Amino acid sequence: MSLYAGIFKRDLHIAFKQKAELVQPLMFLLMVVTLFPLGVSPAPETLQRIGPGVIWIAAILSSLLAMERLFRDDFQDGALEQYMLSGMALPAVSAVKVAVHWLVSFVPLLILSPLLAMFLNLTYDMYIALMLTLLLGSPLLSLVGAIAVGLTVGLQKGGVLLALLLIPVFIPLLIFATSAVDSAALQLPYQSQLAIIAAMLLLAAALAPFAIAYSLKVSQN
Amino acid sequence: MLEACRVTCSKRDRVLFEGLSLNVNAGELLYLRGPNGAGKTSLLRILTGLSAPDDGCVKFAGQDIQQYPKDYYRQLLYLGHKSGTNGSLSALDNLGFWLAQHNVQQNQGTLYDTLAKVGLVGLEDVPVRYLSAGQQRRVALSRLWLKPARVWILDEPFTALDVKGVAMLESAMNDHVSKGGLVITTSHQLLSQDAGEHRVFDLEYRF
Amino acid sequence: MWKWLHPYAKTERAYQLCLTLQPWFWAGALLCLSIGTVWGLAFAPQDYQQGDSFRIIYIHVPSAILSMGTYVAMAIAALVGMVWQWRTAYMSMIAMAPIGAVMTFIALFTGAAWGKPMWGAWWVWDARLTSELILLFLYMGVIALYGAFEDKQQAGKAAGVMALVGVVNIPIIHYSVEWWNTLHQGATISKFDNPSIAPEMLWPLLINLLGFALFIGAVTTVRLRNEIVLRELHRPWVQALAQQHIEGKR
Repeated sequence: MSLYAGIFKRDLHIAFKQKAELVQPLMFLLMVVTLFPLGVSPAPETLQRIGPGVIWIAAILSSLLAMERLFRDDFQDGALEQYMLSGMALPAVSAVKVAVHWLVSFVPLLILSPLLAMFLNLTYDMYIALMLTLLLGSPLLSLVGAIAVGLTVGLQKGGVLLALLLIPVFIPLLIFATSAVDSAALQLPYQSQLAIIAAMLLLAAALAPFAIAYSLKVSQN
Repeated sequence: MLEACRVTCSKRDRVLFEGLSLNVNAGELLYLRGPNGAGKTSLLRILTGLSAPDDGCVKFAGQDIQQYPKDYYRQLLYLGHKSGTNGSLSALDNLGFWLAQHNVQQNQGTLYDTLAKVGLVGLEDVPVRYLSAGQQRRVALSRLWLKPARVWILDEPFTALDVKGVAMLESAMNDHVSKGGLVITTSHQLLSQDAGEHRVFDLEYRF
Repeated sequence: MWKWLHPYAKTERAYQLCLTLQPWFWAGALLCLSIGTVWGLAFAPQDYQQGDSFRIIYIHVPSAILSMGTYVAMAIAALVGMVWQWRTAYMSMIAMAPIGAVMTFIALFTGAAWGKPMWGAWWVWDARLTSELILLFLYMGVIALYGAFEDKQQAGKAAGVMALVGVVNIPIIHYSVEWWNTLHQGATISKFDNPSIAPEMLWPLLINLLGFALFIGAVTTVRLRNEIVLRELHRPWVQALAQQHIEGKR
């Protein structure tokens, strides 16, 4: 158990040394959200109508950018090889790395979210729904995304390919998350949407670590 | 002790070697030789289990390493082309984390001593990316003295090392072998006397 | 039970199988498609609601069904390759991928074309069309991932993982898009769901379905042959084959 705690510590340690890399996806998120009032309309009703979708789409896009750092450094400097030769179970190692990545990307998002809600004129109920969907949905993004990151980590031109692979897979999450926030706007219950997202998260939590481990082995070959 | 049974490997649809069998015993130093592209790195990676061969198997102490990886990895030390160190962490941190992952206990004092032995006094706390290539290689090499492993698989370990570094590494390999360990290494330079007696295995370039 | 399949793990046997199956697939496809299409487009009775514009279902429905069927077949091939380490499985997977993508495109195109006389718009965000579009993206992702790797063995494994991730997601995507569609379209009943279909209308549809399936089989066998030859250029049996070609024996 302490073996995996060691990975947790190491990744956190590295993340704090690379703060710039962590801040950039957040700035991206903020800027994308800013584009919508400018490009569509600043009218409060319009923004409230499109707000949930805008924030979720921006969250998906910025997490696609941030995800690349999950395995890239470890792959390139050979630390991943050493993990694979350490006797630790690779699925568990992957799960811990994804967990650190999620913590490091989600907590700043949590801090940034009131600002986003304010920019898009979301009501308090919508904001709560948004946070709940992000809480359940962002680990799902990280877990499933990590599978594709594992596959593309050895490629030179990973970036856009990663997005092409993952966006179709994230569409159900987008649908249910935005629907939950829209329901909150109409004062309707949204537990069912949250339940479905939670179900997808549990499925991913159960299966993704093994898929990620397999992807990493494919990239090593 | 370490045996490759009829392994076949192909990369980019070109067969590098087919039905290759190899047996290395304790107390042996195997020097793997061959031109660029012959498949030395591929063979070493198959021996470590990082790559799966197209055919055949690798056995450590009679057991297939794919089926009983943990026993093998406890006794294995692999140094590949990549250093295995993260550039933003210091040498101390890197080695400390690595030891924790491989479940080897060493105290700080030993770490400092080992880094001193490889000639990195005063550079222990510097992020590794500020070190030169040769110094980064020495950080990677310190593992040889930190993990008690019987099998050493070293892929071109002499890269970027200066004359003193090469001598240090060769005598370390000689030491290890005389204590009953096993070393498989590859290099483009010939091994000198310091490495002691060794067996040569030639890998040919297949068209 | 599946022992009879094992020889086809070898590329040479798989190549021979493709050679044998190819003429049958082409002949069958040509026959079924010509009968089905002509019957459907010219001779089947008019729909009482939609008149003649419904006839597009004879192209749209088979291509839509087979676009999903081909993806599932790809996923099965990927699974076989992953579990039994068959190179021919990965090769068949990538052989099927582009034709599956083309089928999806045909389904989208004909579906959209059907929308014009029905709803007056060239594109509607109908549940089925949206699902097909996402399926097209999944196909393109697998093909793009395969193409990004230099080592085609590695490429096959990587694309196989994505194909499996995709196949697990297809039902999820399908149901979520359907649900999303009910939220936003209200009570519009999708005209794609024909409540009941008269036998005179059904037969050409089934014949076309078979025809399209045989067509996909034909194209896949051609692509698989090409893939095998390309990847196994250094093997003696391929060299012998090339020699025979040069000497004009075929």
